[in-house]
Amino acid sequence: MQRDLRERYEQDLALVRGAAAWLALAAALIGLAVFPWYAPSYLVFTAILVSVNAIVALGLNLLTGYTGQISLGHAGFVAIGAYTSGLLMSKLGVTWWLAWPAAGIVAAAFGFLVGLPALRLTGPYLVIATLGFGIAVHQVLTNWEALSGGRMGLPVPQVTFGPAGLTAEQRLYYLAVGGAVLLTWVAFNLTRSHVGRAFVAIRDSDIAAEVVGVNLTRYKTLAFAVSAFYAGIAGALFGQALRHIEPQSFTLVESIFYFAMIVIGGLASIPGALIGAVVLTVLPQQLTLLREWVPLIFGSAIILMMVVEPKGLYGRWLRVKLYFRTWPL
Amino acid sequence: MVDLVQYLVGGLTAGTLYGLVALGIVLLYRSSRVLNFAHGDLATLAAFVGFTLLLRRQPPTPFPIGPQTGWWSFLPAMAGALLAGALAGAAFYFLIIRPVKEATLLGRIVVTLGLALAINGLVVLVWGADTKVFPFPLSDVRVYRLGGVVISQLSLGLTTAGLLLVALLYLLVQRTRVGLAMRAVAQDLTAAQALGIPSRRIFALTWGLAGMLAAAAGILAAPVTLLTPFMMLDPFLKGFAAAVLGGMDSLPGAVLGGWLLGLAESLFAGYISFKFKTTLAFLIIILTLMLRPEGLLGREYRRRV
Repeated sequence: MQRDLRERYEQDLALVRGAAAWLALAAALIGLAVFPWYAPSYLVFTAILVSVNAIVALGLNLLTGYTGQISLGHAGFVAIGAYTSGLLMSKLGVTWWLAWPAAGIVAAAFGFLVGLPALRLTGPYLVIATLGFGIAVHQVLTNWEALSGGRMGLPVPQVTFGPAGLTAEQRLYYLAVGGAVLLTWVAFNLTRSHVGRAFVAIRDSDIAAEVVGVNLTRYKTLAFAVSAFYAGIAGALFGQALRHIEPQSFTLVESIFYFAMIVIGGLASIPGALIGAVVLTVLPQQLTLLREWVPLIFGSAIILMMVVEPKGLYGRWLRVKLYFRTWPL
Repeated sequence: MVDLVQYLVGGLTAGTLYGLVALGIVLLYRSSRVLNFAHGDLATLAAFVGFTLLLRRQPPTPFPIGPQTGWWSFLPAMAGALLAGALAGAAFYFLIIRPVKEATLLGRIVVTLGLALAINGLVVLVWGADTKVFPFPLSDVRVYRLGGVVISQLSLGLTTAGLLLVALLYLLVQRTRVGLAMRAVAQDLTAAQALGIPSRRIFALTWGLAGMLAAAAGILAAPVTLLTPFMMLDPFLKGFAAAVLGGMDSLPGAVLGGWLLGLAESLFAGYISFKFKTTLAFLIIILTLMLRPEGLLGREYRRRV
């Protein structure tokens, strides 16, 4: 039975509908807030990695799922974020609350630059251009030792933040999860505004979108910049989580993994990106016995997903929900 | 001057391999608009199959001693590897590409990415991630000198084999009925089907052929890069770059792109910087895409709203 009848536009726009949804949201937030007090340390660390990957997946989904611009170079943006914040903090002594947004902004600037050729390129050509970008970033970081420390990597200084009673891990947990929640909210707001509608219009047909007045130049580069901003922030968090960054953490394999997250979770859906990030981060951590099997399992899962359920895990969940809602029928 | 010629020779050798990889990618792309990201991993798989077949006939030699083998045990094993590549390619078409629901460009790219990940995982599982020496009947220590230019027996053999394959493919596509059917399907699927061309069989054949080309590229790359599950990553990316440079829908373009890329890379590595030579390849790609997105020999693919 359809219970919520929407009478006004604001109701249709609302992110959270009804008391039950508000309760669930509050419970989830409280659960996230108390999690590091009760969970063992390695789970807290896993949660930090999940948040990092969730932020990348959110950004990538805005670009690939909503705007239809495929990027296989997202690890490059993550790397730029990680190295920007790492260099600012270690070499120039900038505090984290300046260095991290700076990481996002520098990555966004690179995203804008990569978005420029995307104005002319579609489909496979764009894939190659972004893939080339990702590889080029990795190569430059590996070989330009004066900047990046080369293969030896770059140590990242610890952030000092918050009350003294917390361990370093708990502090970072709050920063990472807080960032992920905030950026999720931003992504929701972006997709339900005129910007999100412009993205979707470009995905469905860029020529038709231009005809109805969507400025392609602005929105395509904006999509790249926003997506890269997310990746840059995630990179800064990632560097802080590992306290040491090296080029090997940002290869093509990572780009493919980010891509797998949004495909398995669900393209063009924000919960999908979150689900994908959780599943693809937690599973390899837990399946230590099957570690060697992980690439095979993920590869097969991606293929299976495309054959059976192109809308991803979140799409399947929606279908299950719909089935029960319309049950007797 | 001698340096220059030496770099050119090296560039052509590498370029032939890139061109071979690019041919496989272009062959599939222009017939079915599938960008096959699993091409490199298919090549790795076939090379490992060939390796196993070879070792069944002769015991492995220890690492530092020359990885030599005779032609009589080498050729049948390589034929087996080529067959394995072809079968794997055709199997992908029937088992995966056809049943995929989401047949959009994104969907197909995602599927081949998944395939690449899965094959790579499989190779690591079956053969392990350690480096192996691929026995080869040609030696890279025995060299020929022409003036001051040095070329090893191995790279001479690899280049010859690559050129031979390119010529054979040209004959197949341009001079046979099957080739004509392949071109027809690539040009206009509906019209080809209306004329009675069995398009499904032609697609399967194209996939098989691409798989075989991948296998050949894998076999030719293996003696140089040594045998590891990740050995084709670099040649595959360069081949991809070569395909873009030459034009994604042009077979001669793929070969030309391979050579140009190989030469540019070799000259850049020789005169400017060895470290950044891979970066150069992608710089070339991004420039090509910005200035002439359809590639050197490709025809621009225009689209109706």
